[in-house]
Amino acid sequence: MTTTDLGVTAEVTKELDSPLEIAGVKFTSRLIVGTGKYTTNQIMIDAIRASGAEMVTVAVRRVDLDRTKEEAILHHLNPEEFFLLANTAGCHTADDAIRYARLARAAGFNEFVKLEVIGDDETLLPDVQATIEAAQILADEGFKVMAYTNDDLITALRLEDVGCVAVMPLASPIGSGLGVVNPYFIREIKRRLEVPVIVDAGVGTASDACLTMEQGVDGVLMNTALAAAEDPVRMAHAMKTATIAGRLAFLAGRMKSREIAVPSSPKVGMLD
Amino acid sequence: MSSTEQIQVRLNGKDRDITFGHTVQSLLEAIEINPLAVVVEVNREILNRDQYSDVGIHEGDTIEVVHFVGGG
Repeated sequence: MTTTDLGVTAEVTKELDSPLEIAGVKFTSRLIVGTGKYTTNQIMIDAIRASGAEMVTVAVRRVDLDRTKEEAILHHLNPEEFFLLANTAGCHTADDAIRYARLARAAGFNEFVKLEVIGDDETLLPDVQATIEAAQILADEGFKVMAYTNDDLITALRLEDVGCVAVMPLASPIGSGLGVVNPYFIREIKRRLEVPVIVDAGVGTASDACLTMEQGVDGVLMNTALAAAEDPVRMAHAMKTATIAGRLAFLAGRMKSREIAVPSSPKVGMLD
Repeated sequence: MSSTEQIQVRLNGKDRDITFGHTVQSLLEAIEINPLAVVVEVNREILNRDQYSDVGIHEGDTIEVVHFVGGG
């Protein structure tokens, strides 16, 4: 049993839920978190541990040879403790994304990559054509591609067709914190795909994570919602419990909603 | 060529003069980079770590030394 500092229990037993399985790798936590934008590395690692996430995303960048700041993430993040998911964030073409993915794989941790090809700098919405093209090439090279995409069903189906091991539609634009703007299409993508569907980007607070998981998706990925919270560690506890809450609520099957009241206590047995 | 001759390379986006005769391995050591903590690309070709001692650095080479940083 995991008990948070607030005394909130967040236990998921085998009876309650099965693990999240991506390309044969099993994860107990359905929450995946990023490592960017934290004010300090200590807050980052504390927040990640509080979130319960096992898979964490990292970016590939040039080493700062002037050593103006200590930026190497692996000084702080033990690769034995977390499953590293390298991303291709910042790439605007299929060729760039493929190059970054190959560099990430050469680091030697695993063959997974979070494929991200940006199509527009103002919205950071994905270039889905370039994403599909890069996904096909990377999948053919043996990469386990987890593709960031928009909430378009046809694109999601194509990404599955070309061999992605997970498809990751956005809840709303990266870093926006707007929550799930289109729950219907998220549900449709989940309903039609066989590979895991992980909602990536746009979650702002705990209710967004809960609502996301209530759509029936397999997991949720977030970064800014934790890093930009006033108290990232406390928010990480909230996201952990919200993700579990939404998942269990989905599995439990919610009651039918209706627009009239129905009493919960017996009508009989009232005093005269 | 003598071993003290300087050559120019492009290293992580900046022109640098280095001594002729370096391998990738010795260059990383010279700039105090742990070879196990980075991935190196020379002229757009990604190297395996076991190639570092065999691949020589030549005039005009474009070298990228990358690692993982925080990201989402």
